[in-house]
Amino acid sequence: MATVTEAPPTPAPVAPEKKPPRKRGRWTPYLLLLPGLLWLVVFFALPVIYQASTSVQTGSLEEGYKVTWHFATYWDALSQYWPQFVRSVLYAASATVLCLLLGYPLAYLIAFRAGRWRNLIMILVIAPFFTSFLIRTLAWKTILADGGPVVGALDALHVLDVTAFLGWTAGDRVLATPLAVVCGLTYNFLPFMILPLYTSLERIDPRLHEAAGDLYAKPSTTFRKVTFPLSMPGVVSGTLLTFIPASGDYINSDLLGSTDTRMVGNVIQSQFLRILDYPTAAALSFILMAAILAVVTVYIRKSGTEDLV
Amino acid sequence: MKTTEETTAGGGDVRLTGISKTYGDFTAVHPLDLTVPEGSFFALLGASGCGKTTTLRMIAGLEEPTAGTVHLGDQDVTALPPYKRPVNTVFQSYALFPHLDIYENVAFGLRRRGIKSVKKQVEEMLELVQLGEQARKKPHQLSGGQQQRVAVARALINHPKVLLLDEPLGALDLKLRRQMQLELKRIQTEVGITFVHVTHDQEEAMTMADCVAVMNAGRVEQLGTPADLYENPRTTFVANFLGTSNFIGAEVDSTSGDDIVLKAGGGKLVLHRARASAPATTGGKILAGVRPEKISLTHADDAGGIPEGRNRITGRITESSFIGVSTQFVVDSPVCPDFEVYVQNVDRDARLVPGAEVVLHWNPAHTFGLDAAQDVDAGVGTAEEEVA
Repeated sequence: MATVTEAPPTPAPVAPEKKPPRKRGRWTPYLLLLPGLLWLVVFFALPVIYQASTSVQTGSLEEGYKVTWHFATYWDALSQYWPQFVRSVLYAASATVLCLLLGYPLAYLIAFRAGRWRNLIMILVIAPFFTSFLIRTLAWKTILADGGPVVGALDALHVLDVTAFLGWTAGDRVLATPLAVVCGLTYNFLPFMILPLYTSLERIDPRLHEAAGDLYAKPSTTFRKVTFPLSMPGVVSGTLLTFIPASGDYINSDLLGSTDTRMVGNVIQSQFLRILDYPTAAALSFILMAAILAVVTVYIRKSGTEDLV
Repeated sequence: MKTTEETTAGGGDVRLTGISKTYGDFTAVHPLDLTVPEGSFFALLGASGCGKTTTLRMIAGLEEPTAGTVHLGDQDVTALPPYKRPVNTVFQSYALFPHLDIYENVAFGLRRRGIKSVKKQVEEMLELVQLGEQARKKPHQLSGGQQQRVAVARALINHPKVLLLDEPLGALDLKLRRQMQLELKRIQTEVGITFVHVTHDQEEAMTMADCVAVMNAGRVEQLGTPADLYENPRTTFVANFLGTSNFIGAEVDSTSGDDIVLKAGGGKLVLHRARASAPATTGGKILAGVRPEKISLTHADDAGGIPEGRNRITGRITESSFIGVSTQFVVDSPVCPDFEVYVQNVDRDARLVPGAEVVLHWNPAHTFGLDAAQDVDAGVGTAEEEVA
């Protein structure tokens, strides 16, 4: 029954012992870094240097290529293929926006409303990864096939008239149009949007929602002022994880598009593997890399998430 | 404070009528009637899981009652969502918005109600909680005590009819908690708003509140001022949860006028009728209780010097611990194996050591009588467990 009201006095902190400088552990961090560094050097740094040198070479397959610091290749590549660059950015951006619009409600649902269904829905989100990327994209060829149920329904609802007017589809076809490519990109990169969104939404303390409601915020205001700002890290990483690979993708355009929907990835692929113009292919790769870096840098600055990420 | 008139007009009592909450088979709060008078500092006290937080959340609108109504003054708010209730909450872990600075956290409620010029009010409020300097910092840059004050400021700035505090000091260390108790009491006196404070710390409830409702297993055990609850507990739970009590199982021997004479062990004890919360019929059982600090301890050799008319019990000291202002003894007596006695260290009797035969005696007016059909140990240790 005894009630002890006073906590026993805590002993005075013991002065920290002087530790001799440890010698053995000094190299441990570097040893731990080594595998990663090796990986980076062999599979990233060396190829980048190799491609950089290829991009300023001249010559031909028969006579061999030499580094002649021929930077004009960059200019030629850009002036010849700028439409494909613009298209890549447009398609990737459209797919990213679509992924965000589709993925955010789903991630929100999983994070806050799914309850015991949470794990099941997560598995369903990840399940497509168990099938090959190619097979899944080919499946879209069947889904969007001419005269198929999807196209038939869209036609009957006059959706195709609108999309054709906007230039997204052609006639009563969906396949081999920009819409098909964007759909393919959206579908393939959706999980890369949902997973980071879910992670950042799930971390939000539900009591913050209660606190906002308690402070006169309607549910919609709570979302605008509390939930969405706090999910910005997820939005930023989700859009980057979608936009970057989508802008370099060529499979979707290859399988679902036509020659009119060629993206820069298609050009690089054919330059490398069919036309065998290595310097142009390398230059295009570098331009794409620089463009993505620039876009991402501006984007991260604008979204002001340095202290959130 | 501009809106004070609005707040006082129309009566600001919080009235809970038959309110209850069940989750499936589990009843968190049994049908409950409770009125919190306007302007009072009201504490809901109980161990974890007793339903005090659920009750608070039903007032805030964060939890929908299974049955019953919540009135604020004359207004029935039972069906109103939280954002439409003139009530604000200080959350247990503060729930400050991490992406907003202190200024914007405090301004949040005002801005949501469409008030444009918030600067003066926010600055005044930050002054009130002494955080004027920290306005542009983010919550995570502040200490626990400062965050706590931001949470209070963020709620108070809206001049709610009622401020709800959900274990607001639970995350602070002991010293800071004492300091914040006084601070909160000062603020409440200054703004005059009704505070409903949920806590498991009986000392906190007693220091701060004008009125305390002790809750246990989804029911209010007893309601009253801190002194009333302490002096006149009506159940063993209240007697044990608020401080420490000694209980003696006794039989009613006879009644004479205002006194009830009890038979316990071989001796007689007197209990004033007004202090018995259970009916006393001759031959019936009753639990006689007495607080440890009301008891005097006299060595058996000096028993002759004890004045007449006091309740006495004999026993042997089994433990004694010196804690500065007082010495706490545990005495083994035939009627109660571990009788607790706190003796002020004024004139210490060197003979009072473990093993000594002693007489415990106290003024019969300090005896309280409870229904014998309850668990003597109800509420023991629950408060301490939670603090740890």
